[in-house]
Amino acid sequence: MAERKIFAGGEFLIGDVGHGDVFTPEDFTEEHKMILETAKDFISKEINPVIDRLEEKNHELVLDLLKKAGELGLLGTDVPEEYGGMGLDKVSTTVVGEAMGTAGSFSVVYGAHTGIGTLPIVYFGNEEQKKKYLPKLAGGDWCAAYCLTESGAGSDALNARTKAVLSPDGKYYILNGEKMFITNAGWASSFVVYAKVDGQHFTGFIVEKTFPGVSTGAEEKKMGAHGSSTRPVIFEDAKVPVENLMYEVGKGHKIAFNILNIGRWKLGAMTMGGCKGCVTGAVKYAKGRVQFKVPISSFGMIKQKIADMAIRTYMSESMMYRLAGMFDDKLGTLDEKAKKSGAETAKAIEEYAPECSISKVYGSECLDFCTDEYVQILGGYGYCSEYPAERYYRDARINRIWEGTNEINRMLVPGTMLQRALKGQLALLPAAQAVAGELMTYSPLSVQLPDTPLALQQHVIKMSKKLALMVAGVAAQKFGPGLVKEQEVMGKIADMVIEIFAMESGLLRTLKLIEKEGEEKAKYHIAAVKAYVDDTMPRIESWAKQVISHVESGDMLRTQLAGVKKLARYQPIDAINEKRLVADRIIELESYPF
Amino acid sequence: MKIIVCLKQVPDTETQIKIAPGGEKIVTDDIKWVMNPYDEFGVEEALRLKEKFGGDVTVIGMGPKRVTESIRTALAMGADKGILISDAALEGSDSLGTAKALAAVIKGLQFDIIFTGQRGIDEDQGLTGACIADLLGIPQVSLAVKLEVAADGKSVKVNRPVEGQTLVVEAQLPVLITTQKGLNEPRYASLPGIMKAKKKPLEEKALKDLGLDPAEVGLGGRKLKIIKITPPPARAEGKIVQGETPQDKATELARLLHEEAKLI
Repeated sequence: MAERKIFAGGEFLIGDVGHGDVFTPEDFTEEHKMILETAKDFISKEINPVIDRLEEKNHELVLDLLKKAGELGLLGTDVPEEYGGMGLDKVSTTVVGEAMGTAGSFSVVYGAHTGIGTLPIVYFGNEEQKKKYLPKLAGGDWCAAYCLTESGAGSDALNARTKAVLSPDGKYYILNGEKMFITNAGWASSFVVYAKVDGQHFTGFIVEKTFPGVSTGAEEKKMGAHGSSTRPVIFEDAKVPVENLMYEVGKGHKIAFNILNIGRWKLGAMTMGGCKGCVTGAVKYAKGRVQFKVPISSFGMIKQKIADMAIRTYMSESMMYRLAGMFDDKLGTLDEKAKKSGAETAKAIEEYAPECSISKVYGSECLDFCTDEYVQILGGYGYCSEYPAERYYRDARINRIWEGTNEINRMLVPGTMLQRALKGQLALLPAAQAVAGELMTYSPLSVQLPDTPLALQQHVIKMSKKLALMVAGVAAQKFGPGLVKEQEVMGKIADMVIEIFAMESGLLRTLKLIEKEGEEKAKYHIAAVKAYVDDTMPRIESWAKQVISHVESGDMLRTQLAGVKKLARYQPIDAINEKRLVADRIIELESYPF
Repeated sequence: MKIIVCLKQVPDTETQIKIAPGGEKIVTDDIKWVMNPYDEFGVEEALRLKEKFGGDVTVIGMGPKRVTESIRTALAMGADKGILISDAALEGSDSLGTAKALAAVIKGLQFDIIFTGQRGIDEDQGLTGACIADLLGIPQVSLAVKLEVAADGKSVKVNRPVEGQTLVVEAQLPVLITTQKGLNEPRYASLPGIMKAKKKPLEEKALKDLGLDPAEVGLGGRKLKIIKITPPPARAEGKIVQGETPQDKATELARLLHEEAKLI
């Protein structure tokens, strides 16, 4: 197989990514497939039978399930072998995350434990810390939690008030403060905690539950994820041995932000698994539910809902595995020494911070869309907790809030890319200038497309990249560094970039499949991409117009809007038919069809 | 102890089965293939015996290349080596043909116990195990739900259900045992197991390696011919019994059971 070309973070927006450059689920190795089966087996045999008991916040049950997951190796995909883990590739982690997406509240326990609870130690712990904690965490003997948020430090995470002061004998840091909304707090044995040394230097610590002065507050009453534990964690003169300080004094932000990148991608993978659960649940119900003497799955509007759920999930799935492949490719370029260094690994992952934010936003919103339609298809039953749709709906909502709200992540997508552009790491500005130049002479009427499958969609995605570059360029020119204060503009640029990455991920995966298996075998995938691009292109055009209308006025506005019109030119296709094709396939298979 | 497990790859129970035009085959395009669940009990039991007595476990499967995936799963669960019998000339074999191919391979191996599932969940014939035992000239004990190998490793006591009772059968090794639900709870292929399985030996054999006459196996060698496959009849819609009072409803129900369903 030809090597995949490695792109820089955010470079997809300016570069031509080929279908040979992306990893897709069709590229799974035999091991990836087996890991997926094991993880799914674990959910169907261990989680599903006890899901009601799990919802009652059953302490023993949760820890027992965590132990079982640990024994199977499901908790250790990211933990190196020498510390009791498996040290597998990121695709394997994505595979496990996807399966966990249907595990209800256990997915929350799993996500916090393996992600933000364990990874800071994997990437930023020293040798002794790794040896001491990782085998317990990877094996599921201990549950882990992560304490970043405080009442006054949510999105503004560095505004923490928790303080650490070195004890007079130099052996301990004495922590004082209170963390909020801590997942797994009720049953965690270890906490990664951020505190300011001497009230100034933001620093990470590993704190054990049994250290003197550590306690937890009352359980929060939450909308969903009832089976997970969420409490404040309180430090009152808590004695933390100096050897439990992580990385370096004053470098806590480095740990926190790197871990969030990884957490965002893992969250994306889990939400995508949840979406698949919605599709399968909804279609099974729709086939069995008879109204007017026919199954409701035969009605066009129900078909459209089922197709929309699966099509968006296809984009999400294509995106999550594409990103996992990008991590693996990038990590593969590290030399042996760098591979051993967690900080180097985290740095390689940080390269794709924009894509991590994109995955988080797209994945969580795709899941909210799917759970909403899942409830709707079930009608009154969807509103009753007798069916899982109601729980899915409530459980999904948190994903747009944690790991950085979707608003913060929307700010980060263009924010990080512009920052890198200013540092000369990403050639956004020349690309935007090139588009402005091209626009003078470009005529959409002269475009001749080859007679190959998805040629139109490929062209449209290329044009939408130019459109995003043009809009970002115009906005950056007008506002300069003040652009970040124009949050609505940033948000709309982010929306364009997010949808471009989604469309392109689905497109490239499908082109790769066509090359491998032929057009006939890919016909439902092709229909999905056609329908999705058809839905999305008008939205992208609309965001572009809104930004331009805010930024420009008078003659310039008219000129720029004419530019938008040229780039966004697109003749709609019969997307209703494409969706019917996809829906009929889902109904035939009674499951997610891709 | 040398243990052999024969496994078959079958459509996943969740698969929507479609009958191919002609009515003699099913459409295999969209099928997800898995290890026959009854064979999983055999793999698990073999691994437990190996843990107790030492020795090794060999799994043998027959069919196209994709059967490798099921063999790999058994290796990931803990089996030591795999053999895939794969040859276009073997395609379409009936239970006897399959047993001939499997027995031909087993003859070249050392064994104390052979496990097969009591039947494949695809064609539900339940013949292959008995045929193999016969071809090898060893005893067969079918439908095992409990199994105890004597401490000296020379004999085995097997429980099998018979009409609500339990029959306990004792046999000398070597023996072939067919496995039934209830025997054990098969383990998962753990992630460490999956990664180890990659390095375990998996040998492939073709018809020429078996010393069999091609006429005995494959489509041409079939003693049983499938004439027609039909789907089960669609379930009729349910009926809600109408009536003002419970007495009325009961009367109506009794009438329906008697006159329409003809059950009473």
